[in-house]
Amino acid sequence: MVDTFIAAYDGSEAAGRAVDFAVKRAKAGKARLLVVHVLEWSPYSFLTQEELAERHKRRNQELDRAAKAVLDPLKAKLKDSGIEIETAIKYGHVAETLCDMAKAEGAAQIFIGRTGSSSLMDRIFGSVAGSLAQIAPVPCTIVP
Amino acid sequence: MTAAFIKRAAVGAAGAVSFAGAAAAQTLDEQINAGFASATGWFVNLIFAPFPGTSFPWIVAWLVTAATIFTIYFGFIQFRVIKHSIQLVKGDYSDPNDAGEVSHFQALATALSGTVGLGNIAGVAVAVGIGGPGATFWMILAGLLGMASKFTECTLGVKYRNEYPDGTVSGGPMYYMTKGFAERGMPGGKVLAVLFAIFCILGSFGGGNMFQANQAHQQLAGILGDYPGWITGVIFAAIVFAVIVGGIKSIAQVTEKIVPFMGILYVGSALLIILMNIGNIGWAFGQIFAGAFTSSGIAGGAVGALIQGFKRAAFSNEAGVGSAAIAHSAVRTKEPITEGFVSLLEPFIDTVVICTMTALVIIFTQQLVVDAETGMYLLNDNGTIQTVTGASGVGLTSAAFASAFSWFPYVLGLAVILFAFSTMISWSYYGLKAWTYLFGEGKGKELTFKLIFCLFVIIGAAASLGPVIDFSDAAIFAMAVVNIIGLYVLMPIVKQEVNSYLARLKSGEIRKFK
Repeated sequence: MVDTFIAAYDGSEAAGRAVDFAVKRAKAGKARLLVVHVLEWSPYSFLTQEELAERHKRRNQELDRAAKAVLDPLKAKLKDSGIEIETAIKYGHVAETLCDMAKAEGAAQIFIGRTGSSSLMDRIFGSVAGSLAQIAPVPCTIVP
Repeated sequence: MTAAFIKRAAVGAAGAVSFAGAAAAQTLDEQINAGFASATGWFVNLIFAPFPGTSFPWIVAWLVTAATIFTIYFGFIQFRVIKHSIQLVKGDYSDPNDAGEVSHFQALATALSGTVGLGNIAGVAVAVGIGGPGATFWMILAGLLGMASKFTECTLGVKYRNEYPDGTVSGGPMYYMTKGFAERGMPGGKVLAVLFAIFCILGSFGGGNMFQANQAHQQLAGILGDYPGWITGVIFAAIVFAVIVGGIKSIAQVTEKIVPFMGILYVGSALLIILMNIGNIGWAFGQIFAGAFTSSGIAGGAVGALIQGFKRAAFSNEAGVGSAAIAHSAVRTKEPITEGFVSLLEPFIDTVVICTMTALVIIFTQQLVVDAETGMYLLNDNGTIQTVTGASGVGLTSAAFASAFSWFPYVLGLAVILFAFSTMISWSYYGLKAWTYLFGEGKGKELTFKLIFCLFVIIGAAASLGPVIDFSDAAIFAMAVVNIIGLYVLMPIVKQEVNSYLARLKSGEIRKFK
């Protein structure tokens, strides 16, 4: 049975480092790599009447943009990496969605980058990597 | 008795209270007011015509009969499925793969921000001011029955909505009347749809716009001192213009986010005031029940209380009116009935919870003056109950809250303005949908509607409460006349959906995702 590694990717530099690291580990461990891009979304947010009516259209546009601008360039870059790479785009709370993915895919590990910001806001509200480390159902590697 | 009847007919048929001290002499305001009253009088009289020989408006009977029929026809659906409704709102049955689409919670929250408005604050004060505490009882009953009407119309709204190739949706009574009637092989769907659209446009100018602008102005004038209404009107119209024409979404988004918190703050404060006056609880509920069934000195006796309670409930939660069917139709679900289940929470939250809070605060803080000798309520010259401060409408609610927290009128002022604004934005959308249904989509046509809508904001703020509230009620109830005919024809379709869904839920075919 081939292990599955999950790497969170949002197009940022930090996320790029996490994916690079995950690729190396996947190669060494002969694992399959699943790169997940999560679009922040809460089903409890408030939308105006017009936003409701257009939501389905906007969602399609957002998915399209995420695939073209975020995941396609990454796929092109990793084409010759020599490992099996899959991608997925999900909506939801970033850390929770990654955990749900890990459970559903029976993943062995999650890789995520961090920005290393120590601003007051991050200290109060926490960062995605921080909350993922706290709730992840599988080992979680935070790549600086 | 006869004298009381005549008095009741004069006040009650119109359902109006003149706002004390509001109509100060401003020539421009007065001109707008007089012109408006004479232009809309016939329409108001038609809608609120009483049954011959009585003072009972037929439209109130029409709404309550419909709500009762739906309640019985669907076997008290509002009480049977409420637990499932809450699970649906929580997202227990939502497919995680549909994340990013409109959730049940979002559809409900947006629809609520359209209905929770001045009806809950000012309208209830009008009802209690005319109908006495007994009106509260009938208002709650109407709210509970109205849940079945809302359930029926919102299920149909989702089932027969239009989905365009680009993924946007349009739904509402116009669509279910046209498509649903055709499906059942019934004629007349198109005619009803056109009539509904016309009344919906009028309703969007009336209750969804002028009444809101009017009461927002009263609130501002109460805080800042009296000044001409058209000034408020122009300012409000400019902000509404910026949102609906200028596409400045941020204003609407900020409002949409603040409104729910204002609602919670309002209910929380009300509960606090009730707790502070908890000693009055026995007396207050005694008044509510006694007033509901016996004469407590108000114009029209117990029937007067009933009419006021029913009318205000219908105006506040809009059950049977058809507007909610437009609001709820954007949700992403494979089962239209689930949105019906969710929508029935709306009259509950709006009327049974929020409206009741307003009424209880007014009653608990003893704003209504009782004649010490007879134990009956004292009436003033307008036929409404004399209040401690002499205020009516939103002023009465404000005075009731101020008796506990002197600073509360400022919070209430902000709440009124935000509620008014969010209701206007919602209704501008309902009106626009009806407008495009009649005249077709197109930038120019939409702009025309939006400009007229803004104009009515100014008229609403400048006119005095009486004619505005009459026209607002009349236009909104006219929507209900058409919509409910449609609901009667289409209710067997909803019944099929209910039976099929509940059977599959029981058999385990419909499963929780969480």
